[in-house]
Amino acid sequence: MSPAPAPQALSAPLVVEFPFTRSLGPVQSAFLTGLRERTVLGVRTERGQVLVPPVEYDPETAGELRDLVQVAETGTVTTWAWNPEPRRGQPLATPFAWVLVRFDGADTALLHALDAPGPDAVRTGLRVRVRWAAERTGAITDIACFEPHDSAPDTGPTTHDGRFDDPVSGIVAPARLDYTYTPGRAQSDHLTALTDRRIVGERCPSCHKVYVPPRGACPTCGVATTDHVEVGPRGTVTTFCIVNIKAKNAMNDAIEVPYVYAHIALDGADLALHGRIGGIPYDQVRMGLRVEPVWTDGARHPDHYRPTGEPDADYDTYKELL
Amino acid sequence: MAPSRDVAIVAFAQSDHRRRTDELSEVEMVMPVLHEVLRRTGLKTADIGFTCSGSSDYLAGRAFSFTMALDGVGAWPPISESHVETDGAWALYEAWVKLLTGESDTALVYSYGKASPGSVRDVLSRQLDPYYLAPLWPDSVALAALQAQALIDAGDTTEAELAAIAARSRDAATTNPHAQLPGARPHGDHVVAPLRTGDCPPIGDGAAAVVLAAGDKARELCERPAWIRGMDHRVEAHALGVRDLTDSPSTRLAARRAGAFDRPVDTAELHAPFTSQEVVLRKALDLDDSVRVNPSGGALAANPVMAAGLIRLGEAAARVHRGESDRALAHATSGPCLQQNLVAVLEGESHVR
Repeated sequence: MSPAPAPQALSAPLVVEFPFTRSLGPVQSAFLTGLRERTVLGVRTERGQVLVPPVEYDPETAGELRDLVQVAETGTVTTWAWNPEPRRGQPLATPFAWVLVRFDGADTALLHALDAPGPDAVRTGLRVRVRWAAERTGAITDIACFEPHDSAPDTGPTTHDGRFDDPVSGIVAPARLDYTYTPGRAQSDHLTALTDRRIVGERCPSCHKVYVPPRGACPTCGVATTDHVEVGPRGTVTTFCIVNIKAKNAMNDAIEVPYVYAHIALDGADLALHGRIGGIPYDQVRMGLRVEPVWTDGARHPDHYRPTGEPDADYDTYKELL
Repeated sequence: MAPSRDVAIVAFAQSDHRRRTDELSEVEMVMPVLHEVLRRTGLKTADIGFTCSGSSDYLAGRAFSFTMALDGVGAWPPISESHVETDGAWALYEAWVKLLTGESDTALVYSYGKASPGSVRDVLSRQLDPYYLAPLWPDSVALAALQAQALIDAGDTTEAELAAIAARSRDAATTNPHAQLPGARPHGDHVVAPLRTGDCPPIGDGAAAVVLAAGDKARELCERPAWIRGMDHRVEAHALGVRDLTDSPSTRLAARRAGAFDRPVDTAELHAPFTSQEVVLRKALDLDDSVRVNPSGGALAANPVMAAGLIRLGEAAARVHRGESDRALAHATSGPCLQQNLVAVLEGESHVR
């Protein structure tokens, strides 16, 4: 008989997605509202420089900046980089140049995309102008991109009070990152065993504690846990809480509140794991209750734990696991 | 200003840096490195006065991963511990300050980066200004390429010179058993022009750790400690368009405050993930051809994000330990286009040689 092949490291797609809602200071609000109105604003520093994009505080002195000016929608490329393969979320879907553009009337440059036929059409010093987005909401993406524009540099900045009707006070910045999650050796072994409805922990070679689920290291000794140890299936409720808030997660939709969520020390484990308790009214669950897992088809983890009917465990048998 | 107490790096260890480590969780990747660095000093976790780590959960998309990595230290009963969400070089800085206060005589510093589960070019765009930059998703190569073009326009370098930096770094890495990209390889096509594949760091996973010790404790733990003669870190203005991308005044200021210009160094480990950034750093640090730059191969040979800066300090210290350097400069960077920079000066005592 040939030995069983080592289990493959597991992997699964993982998407981390979150919309950040951010409030704007007075200068940022004026600038982004200005873009919505096809107006480019800068701010004058204490030294008299015009910053575009404008900031709330002086990068040199940290002084509060409120002296807004309007600059032209034309400018000059101060450096560039040709992007042959645009990535998700970037301003243009076809190859483009990243550019820093100093607007006419500004002393600093703004990062954006330049729509150009190819790298040969781009150089530092190129004259460009804003191509406005058709729909504008008060965001940096109200500038769709820049485009080459043969023009003489415009005159200097003009004063602007920064006042617009219905100014934007915040932005929602969605962020999405895609990962391929790999849980590593110890957790892969644990998850693989669960497919056979076996709960397998790992023992610390130094202090001999059995960790379930294992994470690969003993947090007390700082060494790798190595020996596989099958634990349970029965265990003891060490402590619990009564949940009265219905979860929004669709997976938990069928679970009626109140229900009991418990720490369960499986027989042979030195660390309690978490699980829901079912098959008993919520107000009859108690510390020391003996429970066993209830498996359902198609699920890797036990759906919940239910009473075994055994007498309650003596407090002294689990007090170290609280 | 001279530090109030003599503190040295007394041991350094690092993993082999690899493109993927699917079979390892973060703690499984970090733990062997922690064991090795402690073994080199003979110390146990319980002997360490302070532990500080550097990492970012965004790399692997794993919330609070640093708390799980701490399992590899053996942090129970609770130890004195801290974490920075940036390169481990800044964790080393925090530990150094802790030792300077006299609150502790030894410190364990470690960091790790597991970039393989995600797309690090995009992940790093999430550290940018959320109002004006992040919505455009400018990736890390694009921002470095803007800096490279500015250097070319200013006459500070050429594409050929950048290719030579890549070739020299990867050639040096042939003597570094931990390197991910040792030896010559094609310079490749433009990723974002003017930067080609060869101008960019490899993407990969890895970990590093050092032990710091003060005074006589350092002499006891290490035959030739790498004494930290000075260390400082400085940051540039936040907006890229405000900065002169061809220079790094923050590096120069940090180096001055670390004492780097008081006497020449013989070795410099520079954290320049992109070839063009070495050009900027050489200028800011006034390094001439008498200085061995990145004998380890630098970040162009292995760039585990969040550990690559700490590795520069570790590599510089290891050369002092081995008697291959008497006075070394180590540099670490964080953020786009050398946004924030840390410089340390390490020295060995001459009588030991």
